[in-house]
Amino acid sequence: MSKHSLGTVNRLRAPPLIFESGSPERSGFFWPEEKKTDWIPSQFVRDEIAGFPELGELEVLRHFTCLSHLNYSIEGQFYPLGSCTMKYNPKINEVVARLPGLSLLHPLAPTVLIQGALELLYDLERMLVEISGMDHVTLQPAAGAQGELTGLMMIRAYLTAQGNPRKKILVPDTAHGTNPASCSLCGYDVVQIPSNERGIIDVAKVRTVMDEEVAALMITNPNTFGIFEQDIQAIAEVVHHKGGLIYMDGANLNAIMGIAKPGHMGVDALHMNLHKTFSTPHGGGGPGAGPVGVKDILRDFLPIPRISKGSKRYELREDFPLSIGRVRSFLGNFGVLVRAYTYIISLGADGLEETSRMAVLNANYLRKRLEEYYHLPYSEPCMHECVFTDRVQQKLGVHTIDIAKRLLDYGFHPPTIYFPLVVSGAIMIEPTETEDPETLDSFIDAMISIAREAKENATLVNTAPHSTPVQRLDEAGAARRLVLRWGGSKPEGSGQKAER
Amino acid sequence: MNFPDNLKYSKEHEWVMMVEDAVALIGITEFAQSELGDVVYVELPEVGEKITKDDPFGSVESVKAVSDLFAPVSGTVIEVNDSLPDSPELVNEDSYGDGWMIKVQMSDKEELKDLLTPDEYAEYVERQQEEDDEEDEKDGE
Amino acid sequence: MRYTPHTASDKEYLLKAIGLNRIEELFSHIPQTLKDQASISLPPGLTEVEVRKKMAALAVRNGTPEDWSLFLGGGIYHHAIPSTVDAVISRAEFATAYTPYQPEVSQGTLQAAYEYQTLICQLTGMEVSNAGLYDGASGTAEAVLMARRIQKRRNRVFVSRALHPQYRLVIATHLKNLEKTEIVEIPFTDAGQMDIEFLSKEMDERAICVVVGYPNFFGAIEDLAPLREACARHGVLLISVTTEALSLALLKPPGFWGVDIAVGEGQSLGLPMSLGGPGYGFFACQKKLVRTMPGRLVGETEDTEGRRGFVLTLATREQHIRREKATSNICTTQTLCTLASTVFMATLGKGGMRRLAEANVARAHETRGRLVKDARLVPTFGAPFFNEFVLNVKGLTKVLSRFESKRIVPGIPLKPWYPELGEGLLICVTEMNEREEIDRLVETFSGNG
Repeated sequence: MSKHSLGTVNRLRAPPLIFESGSPERSGFFWPEEKKTDWIPSQFVRDEIAGFPELGELEVLRHFTCLSHLNYSIEGQFYPLGSCTMKYNPKINEVVARLPGLSLLHPLAPTVLIQGALELLYDLERMLVEISGMDHVTLQPAAGAQGELTGLMMIRAYLTAQGNPRKKILVPDTAHGTNPASCSLCGYDVVQIPSNERGIIDVAKVRTVMDEEVAALMITNPNTFGIFEQDIQAIAEVVHHKGGLIYMDGANLNAIMGIAKPGHMGVDALHMNLHKTFSTPHGGGGPGAGPVGVKDILRDFLPIPRISKGSKRYELREDFPLSIGRVRSFLGNFGVLVRAYTYIISLGADGLEETSRMAVLNANYLRKRLEEYYHLPYSEPCMHECVFTDRVQQKLGVHTIDIAKRLLDYGFHPPTIYFPLVVSGAIMIEPTETEDPETLDSFIDAMISIAREAKENATLVNTAPHSTPVQRLDEAGAARRLVLRWGGSKPEGSGQKAER
Repeated sequence: MNFPDNLKYSKEHEWVMMVEDAVALIGITEFAQSELGDVVYVELPEVGEKITKDDPFGSVESVKAVSDLFAPVSGTVIEVNDSLPDSPELVNEDSYGDGWMIKVQMSDKEELKDLLTPDEYAEYVERQQEEDDEEDEKDGE
Repeated sequence: MRYTPHTASDKEYLLKAIGLNRIEELFSHIPQTLKDQASISLPPGLTEVEVRKKMAALAVRNGTPEDWSLFLGGGIYHHAIPSTVDAVISRAEFATAYTPYQPEVSQGTLQAAYEYQTLICQLTGMEVSNAGLYDGASGTAEAVLMARRIQKRRNRVFVSRALHPQYRLVIATHLKNLEKTEIVEIPFTDAGQMDIEFLSKEMDERAICVVVGYPNFFGAIEDLAPLREACARHGVLLISVTTEALSLALLKPPGFWGVDIAVGEGQSLGLPMSLGGPGYGFFACQKKLVRTMPGRLVGETEDTEGRRGFVLTLATREQHIRREKATSNICTTQTLCTLASTVFMATLGKGGMRRLAEANVARAHETRGRLVKDARLVPTFGAPFFNEFVLNVKGLTKVLSRFESKRIVPGIPLKPWYPELGEGLLICVTEMNEREEIDRLVETFSGNG
């Protein structure tokens, strides 16, 4: 039941940079000149912006349209990036987000002018509370990492109020890199907990390292192997018993909606990634949103402002003396929040629950079909993502990086590679629920084909990709030469670079 | 893999060459650079800084990883290889020669006794590689 | 509505291959107590038609410049957005792509990011720019954290009181949990600029950096030359914060004044106000500081056939490699937003940016000129300004009550953040405020409208 893969990017060429095209005095924007231009004293006024582009409107559009053709994207290609949840980004969300009544809003306008917006935010908070099983939500953080920092700051504030902020946070070795980085930003030392032979954290290990200087344990569930952390409730008990808290990285929420709620697992704070589970577009690297859900014990520390529902109106309130303060300007990535809200009401309870079921079904199908060809480090059941390694192919001189690059030739975006770090050569595959069986079969066929190529023609795989707009790029060279802006270099890499 | 005879080695894969009575030239071994991949940057101490045996004195970066450099001996840094900022690839191309990193006025010559001979280091590297292979075997039992 | 394509026969096909009979078996290892309580108590899904209706109903309860006259700035600005911007960022190849970890199939995103970095360098006059941070406020906090990393043995941070109040709060939140760093607030003068005398007296070898708005929250243009000198005397880093990025199309850029780190909010360059987000924080500095910079960096390189290409570089500073030793914890940022600005700046170009900035200056200055003819409206500050200014309004509360029925919001009262400016009103006028709106503003102030 295979299907020819869609959308292979042809051998296209990149357009020149916007600074290398155009002509003096061209502009794509008509605005009449002002008669009087000397309002500001001349010592504060700059010369023209040297090097700024001068292009006509069509030139601009052609440039970016051509650039867009060089990208893989969810709408063009199957994108099974583990840990990223590359599901379909619904078009209706885009239509709604562009309504002037939801986009031309000034955050410092009197609240009477933004009642519709505040109601949306208030309701979204409640929806996320219901889905996660927590008690309160803040929508402010702009991304998962900022959510982690916010959550950890609240934990720190809570413990400080109890008398001792403590010094350490326990972080599994399978954790996403943002987890330990966020700990450092919050002034905590990181103590790594190793996963066991089943790929999960066992409560016995936690017991040996848990003490009264541990502020919290961070956990992802299911973890980055896609495996459900079976011991989580027992682990929470051990940590709570010594006065610590549990922070959950909710990046993998797509696996458990309607199946298990973090709020019942002993989790005290978690962040959710709206650009993962809740379908807001990745945008090539954002914007996203990382709302944080907390249990009642942390409510006093939530960031300000908070949305409250008065008898007549929604209000923004800042009178919370124990709040950790502001983590960002204004109210959060409202445009992203609108899209997530739209998604949740579109799906409803039934749609959200079916989402997780299908996400897990798809991942298990891939796992079953591929385990004959690629090494599976853990035999535990997986949920919405599964991790293979290149152990079999390595013996033939083919590595994970080569497999990934060769997949590009087949018209697929590769899975996440070399993460988690705990196994060597990890290949983390997350299909998501929005893929049909034919697409999964095409991907499986490609992976099987590459496994065969590794045996019969390893060089083909090692030198991939062959059909993408550019071939393998010299990343070491980039880091050594550090050319981070246009300064007059010529296209086609002829080597002539002007002084920056 | 090359293990020059005139050098001493540390378990953190640094080499030490005595250039004068108590003056040591230090760099990383061929094995270390091959594990790291293409070196893109080396962070070194400043001339005059004191370093302590077994403590980190800098770091070496490849595209995908950063490794600390651990002092094989204690002393004061008297010279630093200033070709490295512009040409970090020297560490890959000539680890024992032009890829040298720092020159140190040693504070305790006795510390040399703790370093490995070329044969001992070669054996150590072999054991490391065997252990790594075992680790990979273990992944997924 | 749901986006799962699976029919009953699809599910059967998949289950059979796995060797199971029912989907529930996939979850048999999940503790039953968790499963029993997990059902989501929300209304059922809606059709697309129902969704449109519901969202339109929410939208209509908000006031926008389409039916209200807003003279609001304070860090978010209403500017013209050429139609090219939305045309480009609506393209799914940009919007639904992921972070460019596989550069061979992400050259669209990467080249656009490289162009963005260049534009920011040109606009700010600095040597390197990263690919963007969450917003101006967290960007400012990151700049302070970076300064702190560089100035290792120092522990005092100087922040202008005239810097955006929310930005000051965000700096404080980020510093609170790190080893004792003191924040010293520098007052502003009667002119509305930083009190450099005060600063010079307070500064010493413990000072890490000085953070100044450029323009500041009052819209005033700070004189950075004497500030630069004062910092240089003690080896203190100077951080400039620009909340109205369009101003840099006209003002001498931070790089000209020798600023060490230039940050700010990019929303006014091609992004709708959107209730304050998403926008992005731009972040630029001198090249020698690049290894301590947070955020992603895109660098130029070549492929195996000598073709120019772009990649994420210096990733060794970042969380996925350095983990707890990373320069920050940033992963996803605001890429589609920086793309919007890139298209905006490319469309306007050198001349268009200048003309738009001059239109802002002209309207704001003309408006202020008309308003201050009324003796009850007094300019609070004498400093030069871009498109925002503060007026002392006699009997402010009563005066403001006149405006709601006229569907005008004349400005932002400063009292909540600056009690010492009790009757101060921060008024912003951009090219989007039409002549007729400004006439009505003036009339309503005079009480004759």
